[in-house]
Amino acid sequence: MARNRKEVEIVNEANENAIANKETEGLSQGQIVFRRFIRHRAAMISVIFLFSLIAIVYTSLDWRLGNKEKPFVIPGWWKYHFEDMPELRYADCPGGTVGCPTIDAVPFFDGDGMSLGEHPFGQDDIGRDYLSLVMRGAQRSILVMFIIGIIAATLGTVIGAISGYFRGWVDGVLMRLVDFIITVPVIIIGSVIGFHYGNKGAAFLALLLGIFSWTGLSRLVRGEFLTLREREFVDAARVAGAGNRRIIFKHILPNAVGVIIVSVTLLMSGAILTETALSYLGFGVVAPDVSLGLLISTYQDAFTTRPWLFWYPGLFIIAIALCINFIGDGLRDAFDPRQRRRLSRKDKANARKLESRAEVA
Amino acid sequence: MLAYVMRRLGALVVILFGSSFLLYNLSAYSTDPLADLRLSDAPNKEQLILTLTRELRLDLPPALRYFIWLRGVLGVFVGNPNFGLTRENEPVIDAITGAIPTTVRLVLVATFVAIVLGIALGITSALRQYTRFDYGMTFFAFLLFSLPIFWVAVLLKQYLAIDFNDFLVTAKITPGWIVGLSAAAGFFWAAIISGTRKRVTLIFIGVFVANSIFLSIISATEWLAYPRLGPIAIAVLGVGIAYGVTYLSMGLSDKNALKTTLLMVAVGTVSYFPAQAVLDSNRPRLGMLVLFLILLAVSVGGAYIFARIDRGPIIRTSIITSTLIGVLILIDKMMQAWRPFIESDDVNYRPVATIGQSTIWLTEVPFWVRVLDFAMHLILPTIALTLISFAGYIRFSRGTLLDVLNQDYIRTARAKGLTERTVIMRHAFRNTMIPLTTIMVGDIAGIVGGAIITERVFGWQGMGTLFNKAINSFDLNLLMGVILFLSTLAILANLIADLLYSVLDPRIRVGAGK
Repeated sequence: MARNRKEVEIVNEANENAIANKETEGLSQGQIVFRRFIRHRAAMISVIFLFSLIAIVYTSLDWRLGNKEKPFVIPGWWKYHFEDMPELRYADCPGGTVGCPTIDAVPFFDGDGMSLGEHPFGQDDIGRDYLSLVMRGAQRSILVMFIIGIIAATLGTVIGAISGYFRGWVDGVLMRLVDFIITVPVIIIGSVIGFHYGNKGAAFLALLLGIFSWTGLSRLVRGEFLTLREREFVDAARVAGAGNRRIIFKHILPNAVGVIIVSVTLLMSGAILTETALSYLGFGVVAPDVSLGLLISTYQDAFTTRPWLFWYPGLFIIAIALCINFIGDGLRDAFDPRQRRRLSRKDKANARKLESRAEVA
Repeated sequence: MLAYVMRRLGALVVILFGSSFLLYNLSAYSTDPLADLRLSDAPNKEQLILTLTRELRLDLPPALRYFIWLRGVLGVFVGNPNFGLTRENEPVIDAITGAIPTTVRLVLVATFVAIVLGIALGITSALRQYTRFDYGMTFFAFLLFSLPIFWVAVLLKQYLAIDFNDFLVTAKITPGWIVGLSAAAGFFWAAIISGTRKRVTLIFIGVFVANSIFLSIISATEWLAYPRLGPIAIAVLGVGIAYGVTYLSMGLSDKNALKTTLLMVAVGTVSYFPAQAVLDSNRPRLGMLVLFLILLAVSVGGAYIFARIDRGPIIRTSIITSTLIGVLILIDKMMQAWRPFIESDDVNYRPVATIGQSTIWLTEVPFWVRVLDFAMHLILPTIALTLISFAGYIRFSRGTLLDVLNQDYIRTARAKGLTERTVIMRHAFRNTMIPLTTIMVGDIAGIVGGAIITERVFGWQGMGTLFNKAINSFDLNLLMGVILFLSTLAILANLIADLLYSVLDPRIRVGAGK
């Protein structure tokens, strides 16, 4: 009995291989990866969710450009700006607190429908609308995340590529530089930088943090290049007269792009946590600007009395980081050539149908 | 091998030199120790500025100052290191050596718990690949990856400390909680064991009922308010441990192994009585050591009496069993200290601490109360650090075990007709541990870095506090001391990880590259 089951399993495995092979017939590598990614349900949900979140966050507040007195305003969909100071709401808050959230997220069970109210996320001590503060914080955090991601990706890829491709003394020097930076924990470097340059704005802080975050990626890229440069297609390109730059960017890099994309997404989810942690410690974004970590740090003692001041920024951090992590996981699965999709019952039925049709024909 | 280690140590010195130079200049150029003096309106402002400039050698450019600092540090090689003074004129080395034990205590416990739990969950998840349990674990791990530790810490303080302390006053578990907890346990075990629908339902019901009864008894006897184990509970738990450990390491069919571990349970239970006297004496640490050595000797002896073949593995099994029973005896000892602990004025019925590393005792208290106090202060930071770091272990051990299970030697082992237990524990698990070990060692330095935030949240006085202080008071010497310590730790950890890798996996020979 047990042996029979094993045999059935082996037959199934062969079948699944055949189905998987049939599916990828005539597709380019990019198309295969894209299809695999589309099928990763958690990753697709995360992509949609993250992009909607980014859209909502960046369109929420007025953009006040130009000088302070007569700014050029691009209106957002939310009525308050994070610098506005509406009157603090005293009425109908539980337990004698002030500025409680007015959001009503329960649909029709409690008699009335869902509504946002005047201050959906409540108000802070001095009456600033907390929704606009959280939106501003999320804007900063996402901005920092992308800047760090882009800088680290560029630097890490270029330095790793040069080092792995040319080897020799160039490699030696660059990798010692990596060693110098990698020995000190990111949070330490970040604090030293953040303490001194946090007041220059979130973008500048992100720029400096990016300059110190490329090391892990560059090691990975170097490793990829060291193996790829020995492959036949590189020799062929060289014989055909391609220059170094062309070989690096047109021949080797496309083959290493999977590793790079995956580790950059993971780096970005790390970056948003680093930024919030630094802001929490007081070494990141500083007042009067707003960041999610700073909001949590400011209001953590208010947790027992006014928990909304604590919950909303935290939930935004988690939502963003979770989405990025799932996207990274989906990309890793999509780029992994050994990864075989688990075939659903529907797939197997389809394949059987196709097979029987072929037999009839 | 020796040559390789020497070369790596040489490289270590060079790297430390480079990274400290980099960071020294980075911080020196961006700090201005005179900033608050310049803004002050003290009458002797010029004088103060001059004095401080001379003291900190601010007249020299940072690159030169670095070498002055380095000359002091290089004193390590002649046995006379000089890391400079802090701004409070305390030697940096004293400040750091004072902070190390605190941070180590915090990090070691958290790392240990994270490793054990993470590997257990990761391996279960891999063995149940593509089940609901596996998907649940994946989601759980990603959720933990995305949690900011300071945010978790505030939640823990509220729900695990403040609310739990309130609960401990009566220690009555409400029926709602009993049902909820039992249902959660039922779902957990049903998801792990899995099988046909009927079996899953049976498991769920069984676990649910057993848990409900257990929790009701706990609640009715107020066990949480008056916790104790006593020899009977130790014996019962010990038999459970003996069966569990023997099952995992040797298999229950090995009667010799089972006999040896059960002997250890008997010896451990009997030793409970003399242990009380020993642990209550005025030299409890020595007592613990003696107790442990006796248990160790008996486990080796027992294995020699009962086992003719497989002596090595059986000795190992019985040592693990007796260590766990020893831990039970210690836990019981701490539980005995529970009432004096929470009734003392300094604790005042708030046992789970939210802040600080130990209670400041105003009166003299017994040794075990102090130990218990340390443990109660460790709980929250350990949970926070564990939650953050064990997600990595879950993912990594799952991935590695799945890789290993696809190897040919696993197929061979199955083909030889070995039991599933032997294949998993002897063939797969050990090979999974090789890459995991190196990850663990490499992680320690990172966790120390992460402890900086944890210390801040929970008000511990460790390396993180020093670091914060150094940055905020522009204390370059202190800052460099902390950084030097952390980076040395990181590099040494990497070196050890590489060496361990070659010891564990004979196919890898370090230093054979050149």
